[in-house]
Amino acid sequence: MSPARALLAKDLRAELRARQSVPAMALFSVTAFVIFHFGLDRATIEGDLASGVLWVTVLLAALLGINRLFVAEEEEGGFDGFLLAPVDRTAMLVAKAAALLLYLLLVELVAIPAFALLLLGPGLGQALPELLAVVLLVDVGIAAVGTLVAALAVHARARELLVPLLALPLLLPVLIGAARATTPLLLATGAEPVPGRWLGVLGLYDMVFGLLAYALFDFLLED
Amino acid sequence: MYGRGLRPLSIATVLALIGAFSLVFFYAPNDADQGFVQKIFYVHVPMAIVALGGFVFGAIMAIQHLRTGDRRYDMRSYVAIHLSIILGLGVLVTGSIWARASWGHWWVWDEPTLVSFLIVFLLFSCYQPLRFSIEDPERQARYASVFAITAGAFVPLNFLAVRLAQAYTHPRVLGTTGGDMPGSMRVTFLLSLVAMALLFTTLGKYEMASKHAGQQLRALRARLAAQATAR
Amino acid sequence: MPALPLDEAGKYVAAAYLVFLALVLLYVAIMASKLSRIERELGELSELADRSPAPGEPAREEQPVA
Repeated sequence: MSPARALLAKDLRAELRARQSVPAMALFSVTAFVIFHFGLDRATIEGDLASGVLWVTVLLAALLGINRLFVAEEEEGGFDGFLLAPVDRTAMLVAKAAALLLYLLLVELVAIPAFALLLLGPGLGQALPELLAVVLLVDVGIAAVGTLVAALAVHARARELLVPLLALPLLLPVLIGAARATTPLLLATGAEPVPGRWLGVLGLYDMVFGLLAYALFDFLLED
Repeated sequence: MYGRGLRPLSIATVLALIGAFSLVFFYAPNDADQGFVQKIFYVHVPMAIVALGGFVFGAIMAIQHLRTGDRRYDMRSYVAIHLSIILGLGVLVTGSIWARASWGHWWVWDEPTLVSFLIVFLLFSCYQPLRFSIEDPERQARYASVFAITAGAFVPLNFLAVRLAQAYTHPRVLGTTGGDMPGSMRVTFLLSLVAMALLFTTLGKYEMASKHAGQQLRALRARLAAQATAR
Repeated sequence: MPALPLDEAGKYVAAAYLVFLALVLLYVAIMASKLSRIERELGELSELADRSPAPGEPAREEQPVA
């Protein structure tokens, strides 16, 4: 089994047993929708407002997952053990990013139907395939940047404060792309196709930061 | 040595600044639309360009630091980013003043460059908190470099995304008469830009010389202390 | 919004340039405090060097073995 796959399997097993990140992120999303209902004082939302609420919620939920990503390694000495092994260090990056991606997809599996149920005016039916494409592009971007930020913050004091401060500005293009791309899908007058440029922006972001994270991760693990 | 060449550089900076500001107030014509208020352009935009250049320079120095392990690159990266943050604050404040004077509000979301700049500023403001929250000095330098490179790569993507997001909403608010600047304005702007870049370089060298002196001092102190205890 | 009259506009332009000046002077002030700290530390170090004997001189603690 490749080292990345082995690490990923270990992380997923740990998550399955402890059930920490994913349920918390999912619960947070649903709670956030309730908060938005009361904060905005609306029964249903659509169009750009709906798009914004959905993606801001996903982004904030992602922060919860990013915060916890390397905590187990740092607390239990997993970094040292990993460094002693004769494997390519970026294997840890790939494993952690894949884990975060998986967590996000699972959370969205709960959050998007909850959103459709609680807040969304128009139905999701015909918009679903394009929405899934946007979701995938967004999650890859969050996974790449989130893993990098998590690794940067893990050795710092006040880690939980630093992660949102670093991650939110960096993820802003993702939010912009996601929100603008999803707006036509959630219109009350019926879903319209997604403007290609936003998919392009998301794709470009994923590529640039994916490569960057891959190149820089080594330097974070040296000791 | 960092102090070398600092005096002629400072003199050149002073001359360039005085020259530029003289041109601004005595030579450049008033803008047809915005009137006298447009003069803010000559201090706001050069600061923005130099600050962004500083961030990119900091990122490049960070790359060199990671590649060679030479701590001097890290110091250059730190100083460049630190200066750019200060300039960035100036960009946001002067931008706000300009917005208030020409549009009536202290902040406008319609100006994509200013908004992008705010985001970049917020991001780089995390550079120093990140550095000072990591105790081990070698690790601190390495992690700071990784962050500087990430943030540097972020700058163009951010400007692209924000510019695209605003494309259909409002026309540019803070600009000059259309796209064609009369020659006199162009000359004034270029000199202001050169002056700002010289100022950045001078202050940067100044800070690096001071930091370097401080480091040498600490090393000297350590050596003297070691000698004293060795007897 | 139509262009502001000169006396109004002047205040805003002056404010902007003053912000620039203030930032530069703030920076100079920060550097000045760093410089005075270096000066103080240098003073302490030269005191330290004066007090301890120069290397090569016999140490005062050496005692012949009785």
